[in-house]
Parts: sequence; C-alpha cells; structure tokens
Amino acid sequence: MDFGAAYSADNLAFLLEGFGVTLRLAFLAIVFSFLAGCLIGALRYARIPVLSALLGAAVELVRNLPLLLLIFFARFGLPELGIALPPFWAAITALTVFEAAMIAEIVRSGLGSVEKGLTEAARASGLSYMQTLRHIVLPIGLRRMVPPIVSQFISLLKDTSLTVMISLGEMMHHANIIMGQGPKIVFPILILAAGLYFAVNYGLSLAARRLEARQT
Amino acid sequence: MIDISILTEHLDLYLEGVRHTVLASLLALAGSFAIGTVIAVMRIAPFRALNAAGTVYVEFFRNVPLLLVVYLFYLGLPALGLVLNEFVSGTLGLMVYTSSYIAEAIRAGILSVSRGQMEAARSSGLTYNQAMRYVVLPQAVKIVVPPVTNQFLNLVKNSSILGVIAGLDLMYFGDLINSETYDTISTYAFVALFYLVLTIPLSFASRMLERRLARSG
Repeated sequence: MDFGAAYSADNLAFLLEGFGVTLRLAFLAIVFSFLAGCLIGALRYARIPVLSALLGAAVELVRNLPLLLLIFFARFGLPELGIALPPFWAAITALTVFEAAMIAEIVRSGLGSVEKGLTEAARASGLSYMQTLRHIVLPIGLRRMVPPIVSQFISLLKDTSLTVMISLGEMMHHANIIMGQGPKIVFPILILAAGLYFAVNYGLSLAARRLEARQT
Repeated sequence: MIDISILTEHLDLYLEGVRHTVLASLLALAGSFAIGTVIAVMRIAPFRALNAAGTVYVEFFRNVPLLLVVYLFYLGLPALGLVLNEFVSGTLGLMVYTSSYIAEAIRAGILSVSRGQMEAARSSGLTYNQAMRYVVLPQAVKIVVPPVTNQFLNLVKNSSILGVIAGLDLMYFGDLINSETYDTISTYAFVALFYLVLTIPLSFASRMLERRLARSG
C-alpha cells in the first residue's frame, strides 16, 4: 500500500471532482424522487379507482427490480425508443424512478398510519376532506415519514455509485480511473472514497436521529 | 416490439445467470444471517468494547455503497495479495454489506423483548447465554422474520452488483446477450422478467408474514 502516491494532489483533486458529481447527482435525484414519490403516494392514499391500482402496480414492479437494471435501461434502452439522454440525465431518470417508488410506499403507509378515528372525528366535526388532510393527516403522517425518508436519501446517495456502469464521472468512476495507476493505491483510494460517502451519510443519519428525538 | 426469439435462443444463458443469482443470494443470506446475529449480540452484550466494535461495524457498512464493499473484496484483497474469483468476491461483499442490516433487524427484535424477561430468566438461575437462547431469542424471532425476509428481497436485487464485476449472475449474462443481439429492450425485458419471478414471491411473503405476525401479537 502506498498512501503517498495514492493521495497525490492530482488524484485527490480528481476524486473530489467526482464526489462533486456524486453529490449533484444525488441532490437532483432526491428532489425529483421526493416530489414524484409524494405525489404517487398521496394519489394511492386517496384511493382513486383505476389510477390508484395502476400506480400500485407500477410501484410494485419498480420495487421488485434491481436499480442496476433500470440504470442500464435508461442509458441503453431508451435510445431505442427514440429518447436519447446524456449519461448524467439517464442516471437521474433511473434513480428518480427507482427511489420515487420507494418514497411513494413510505408516504402511502405514513398517511395510512394515521388512526382512522382521528380522521373520522375531524370529518364529523365539520372539516372537509382537504382540511382533514391538511390539518390532521399530513402533520401526523409526515412526522412518521421523516426517518424512513432520510434513510431512503442515504440509500440514494449510495446508489449513485451504480452509475459507474455508464461512466458519467461520479466518484466511483473517477476512483476506478485512479486505481488504474497500480495495485498499491487501490486500497487507499477505496478507503478514502468510503470515508467521503460515510461522512455525508453518517451526518444525514445523525441529523435524522436528532430530528426524531426532538419531535417525540 | 419485444423479440421472443432472444429468450428462446439464449435460454441456457439466462438460466445460468438465474442459477448464479440464486446461489449468490442464498450464500449471502446464510452468511449475513450468521454474521448479523453475532454483531447484534455484540451490540447488546454487557461489554463496552464489544458494543463499540459492533456499532462501528454496523455504521460503517450501512453508510457506504454496496459497490464499494464489493470493490474492497474484488480489487482491494488482490492488492493485499489475496485473489478471489468474481463470483466469490461479489458474494462476500454482498454478505458483509447485508449483515449490517440484518444485525440491526435482529437487534431491534431482541430489544423489543421486555427487560423483565431477561431479568426473570437470570434470577431463576439461567446464565446470560442460556437466558438469551431459551427466553429472549425465541420471542425476538417473531419480530425479526419480516424485516429479514425483506432483506432477502433486497439481496436478490442487490446481487445484480455481481454484473459489474463479471460475476456470472443474471445481469452479467444480460450484458453478454445484449452485446450479441444489440436489442437492449428485449434482452433486458427478459432479464427483468427473471428478476420479477424471483422477487415478487418474496415481496408477497414478507408482507404476509408481517400481517400474520402482527395479528398473533
């Protein structure tokens, strides 16, 4: 192992550049999948005939497939359908579809976990469906969704590493290139990459735990 | 749009992939269950040093990507002089990564058994190990089964990581078939189909177990 050669200024700059792409990828996918997941979860909770069933089937389908397959499909399958996206956006598409299905389930079960008696009492005391949703179901349900959604965000940040298969320049792709310099620097580079992922994810999980403790 | 001949002409390759995917998932499940149990008990045992070691293990592997763990086995070990083949290093990576999640599921299950149970068992003369084995663990299993089933579902999906390092799994053979047919959509639609055949029963089982165990309280 040669930590000196592994952590040369050039290598560090290159790895960090990749980490920047990783964070950008994760951030955009988090925003998109959160919005899509909330929308799908809410529509499923509302039990709109046909639509809810279709969304349920779609969510189930996506949740039972490996993300790697979706990434591959977005990058190499979509062009066959006439939709050619650059690797970065193909990755965003796959990550968003995959994580939105996960978040939709969290949102649906979070909303579903609000006791029926509460919503019935709210409706009986004269609140409309929308008012009940806004003042009763959402505040209680959202609080219960925070921990699983944060752990989903952690998954997402980790999952961006799978885009190594479509070479879009995130951290693991850059790490792969650096590791080509020789076997002695493989371990130090992997440890450094692990440290960077860990720092962000552990920070996120600590923040989530604090948030949770404050609410209860 | 989907060309069925791709499936019929490459069925042997698809099935070879399924075989490795199932094998990797089963081996990783068995191994991660064993490691996970040890780590969970370490985190609960009344010894500070063991608690700390268990916590470091769980927090590390839960907060780094699976790909990185697989790379540590596939690229890192050879750099240290230990060369394993793609399938073995991929499966070991899966095992170690998943064990951190299983450890957490088991720990949560054990902690959910009320303290009084352990205290009563100890005061009636059982040793810590006996109390764990005969009183606490049997009760914890109920709570642990649904999340572990769920982890098995994740395992099957995550085993696709072997495809990245040419680990002979379903993803790998999908890649191989694709490079021959150039029909990405059809090739991967059948890969997806095989994954669904493996994952959907698990997903149902996990939900059913959860419901049944919740009812039996």
